[in-house]
Amino acid sequence: MNNEQHTNKQSFEQCVKCTICTVYCPVAAANPDYPGPKQAGPDLERYRLKNPRFYDDTLDLCLNCKRCEVACPSNVKIGDIILSARLKYSAKRPKLREYILANTDVMGSMATTFAPLVNASLKLPAVKNIMDRTLAIDHHRTMPTYSSQRFEAWFKQHAQAKQENFDRSVSYFHGCYVNYNHPKQGKDLVKILNAIGYGVHLLDKEKCCGVALISNKMEAQARRQAKVNINSIRRSVAAGRPVLTTSSTCTFTMRDEYPHVLGVDNADVREQIVLATKFIFEAVDAGRVKLAFREDYRKRIAYHTPCHMEKLGWSIYSTSLLRMIPGVEFMMLDSLCCGIAGTYGFKRENYPYSQKIGEPLFRQIKSLGVDLVATDCETCKWQIEMSTGVTVENPISILADALDVEQTMKLNK
Amino acid sequence: MNVNKSNHFDVIIIGGGITGAGTARDCALRGLKTLLVERLDLTNGATGRNHGLLHSGARYAVTDGESASECIKENMILRRIARHCVEETDGLFITLPEDDLGFQKTFIKACRRAGIRAEAIDPAEARRLEPSVNPSLIGAVRVPDGSVDPFRLTTANALDARLHGAEVRTYTEVIGFIKDGRRIVGVKLRDRQTKSESEVYADITVNAGGIWGHRIAEMAGARVNMFPAKGALLIFGHRVNNLVLNRCRKPADADILVPGDTISLIGTTSSRVPYDEIDDLQVTPDEVNLLLREGSKLAPSLAATRVLRAYAGVRPLVAADNDESGRSISRGIVCLDHETRDDIPGFITITGGKLMTYRLMAEWATDMVCKKLNVDKRCQTAEICLPGSSYDKDTKSIATPLSIGTRAAEGRHGSMSKKISADSRLDRSLVCECEAVSIGEVDYAIRELRVRNLLNLRRRTRVGMGTCQGELCACRAAGLLGKANGCARKAQEDLAAFLNERWRGMYPVAWNDTLCETQFTSWVYEGVCGLDTFAKE
Repeated sequence: MNNEQHTNKQSFEQCVKCTICTVYCPVAAANPDYPGPKQAGPDLERYRLKNPRFYDDTLDLCLNCKRCEVACPSNVKIGDIILSARLKYSAKRPKLREYILANTDVMGSMATTFAPLVNASLKLPAVKNIMDRTLAIDHHRTMPTYSSQRFEAWFKQHAQAKQENFDRSVSYFHGCYVNYNHPKQGKDLVKILNAIGYGVHLLDKEKCCGVALISNKMEAQARRQAKVNINSIRRSVAAGRPVLTTSSTCTFTMRDEYPHVLGVDNADVREQIVLATKFIFEAVDAGRVKLAFREDYRKRIAYHTPCHMEKLGWSIYSTSLLRMIPGVEFMMLDSLCCGIAGTYGFKRENYPYSQKIGEPLFRQIKSLGVDLVATDCETCKWQIEMSTGVTVENPISILADALDVEQTMKLNK
Repeated sequence: MNVNKSNHFDVIIIGGGITGAGTARDCALRGLKTLLVERLDLTNGATGRNHGLLHSGARYAVTDGESASECIKENMILRRIARHCVEETDGLFITLPEDDLGFQKTFIKACRRAGIRAEAIDPAEARRLEPSVNPSLIGAVRVPDGSVDPFRLTTANALDARLHGAEVRTYTEVIGFIKDGRRIVGVKLRDRQTKSESEVYADITVNAGGIWGHRIAEMAGARVNMFPAKGALLIFGHRVNNLVLNRCRKPADADILVPGDTISLIGTTSSRVPYDEIDDLQVTPDEVNLLLREGSKLAPSLAATRVLRAYAGVRPLVAADNDESGRSISRGIVCLDHETRDDIPGFITITGGKLMTYRLMAEWATDMVCKKLNVDKRCQTAEICLPGSSYDKDTKSIATPLSIGTRAAEGRHGSMSKKISADSRLDRSLVCECEAVSIGEVDYAIRELRVRNLLNLRRRTRVGMGTCQGELCACRAAGLLGKANGCARKAQEDLAAFLNERWRGMYPVAWNDTLCETQFTSWVYEGVCGLDTFAKE
């Protein structure tokens, strides 16, 4: 047993047992079977060091939202301890369902090929019932739709050539969601960045960030993919291109889960992996770029802070950008977990808790009568759209819609 | 003399340490009417203040072959009769670059002579077996060391004595002997809680008072030359090592690191202390520094690990009878027949020895008692398992996953844990979160293990022994005790006393995380609960 890991990297000894983490844990509030982060993390880790048989399957109830770590006044990596314990001690190995849910890129490339068919079938109650019965993927869940054209394909055909015309450039880690489900979000980013004078490049090789692989205990595959990504990111940074993202979870995974959970060192490039909203806000704030907005854009928008955005501490960048748009009536939602946690909420055993966790957030959204909810995470988007009926957009897409492209280009000439 | 059936015993044993409890069990198993009296709680003395090391005997092999072979025999017996108190971890005797590697050969030879399995292993293999070991080691010998929980062992012995008809009275102090001529025929007792005094009679009285046995013998009119040797230890916040780590050299200070339950222990120092200090031992900064410095040589990560607390015990070293100076110290078992030695019939002292050889000490003492009483019964303590270590198949259904408290309690109480209720959510909910002690377990301890206060409860379960040292659990446990004893006021006093006792052990190591913890504890209990204003009243 590697005890050293626990005294240095993932030390739990600063825990003074104040239990604030458990107060902020969305799962502990919704499900009394979950012992809470303090018990599941630092407390039981002492027992697991004594004997791995003290590992408890209730740890699978953890969403990995990391709200415990945000709450902790002693800087204990509670979520990391729990996640690492799941990877190390759990006897439950991933089954077919986990492979399907976690391999977002494999599933995505198959689904995009037959997108209309796949999308239509995934809406059929019969198909959902079969998936529920055979795979234990809850039939209540609305499945994400797939796009017929991948973002990468669009980019190569329509955008790549002109990216060489810019003096300044960045790389874009689009992630699986943009590539297979929602290329528009990537197109929106290209549109904004080009307008403010940045060329956009793809990474040499991009793999799924691996967040779903980690939470479904496919650690080795996650580590392989992490290494591919970090190597691509290294080459991009060496070429003077920071790496932008439009998903808070991919960003958080590559910055923090890679070194903390997978042991993949990214110290040399970590600060160059940035959410696009942060990058743009800082450029505007420093006066390096200027934005001009359409006068006819009018929207009442509420921002939802995804858990990993809370952990990054970056929602201030996304919200500040949204507040710059003159036509936006902005509202900040309470920082609450929506309950889906990636693949977690798709699983039949978790579905009821998933919805119970999200309930206070759904109630607040429904009460506000907004046109749009803005958020930086795609799975939060699925959950909120399914549970409230309100349309959810990434701040980048909202910015792109509100942007006066011609005027902006002129301002940044 | 007011002798009647209820206050007359075959044998009275003074001292509720492991020797006294073991002797009471042996006497009871041999059918003697037995009374065990202890002035405080069971395990209050040296029994509860040592390493909890299940010696293989290897440590003594070179210097004291007899102790070594006693140890390995008792080691093997305890693995069988006290399974639930023992962890069969094995241990390593490591050679560091500053040590003489030549000693290893002498050591292995001496071990084998004493009947101790000892095999030299490659340093790389040692690092693989025990990743926390100092990576610069140049040699390692694997021996059958382990750890033993002295609290559980004593509780199980006392419990078995009671199950075989013995009476156990804690918080009952011996204030004098009743004599008939020179013969000791009974003792005068004072109940420390009710302050009431009483007399009990017995044909034989056994002094098993450890270092306090010196005073008891004096009271009886005999002189046993004892020298208190203080040994300080540190407890770390979690298990750093899973194998016992020793230095392969002549025994020295702070060279044993023992994994015990959820923690690791480093010790000990060794220094003579004046007799009047034995009830109030303080661990000094020099001792703490020495323990940390030497401990880090065994396992470097200790330097960065939270120290939970420091404590010290007193070894009862006995001088040979003909040596008034005390230079010739025996670490072996000393069983004194005061009838032949001092012309005091009816009085026996059993002392010396060590935790590992308590059963043998009890056997010697009980043999002597039986001889004097003309009882012809064989000792069976090496064969009959202690309560908790029985091999019965009657374990709980594992259809539903066991709660963490139930699993932790199984480790603490062995097969007795089936008496712990886990039926309701309330029974399963935790009192002590660090050590996973449930309400059901606390109820069991109050019901069956002679728990009157939080200190007793801590030693019978592990309430308050974990990372937070009582911060979260003490008030919950005090609430349960208050309910059981029907007195809230006493529970409050008990709570204040318990927290002060916890602070005493944290004070010598109060820096970093431990200091934060104590601060937080004082906010909770003084700032929020107002326990300090209560204590001043």
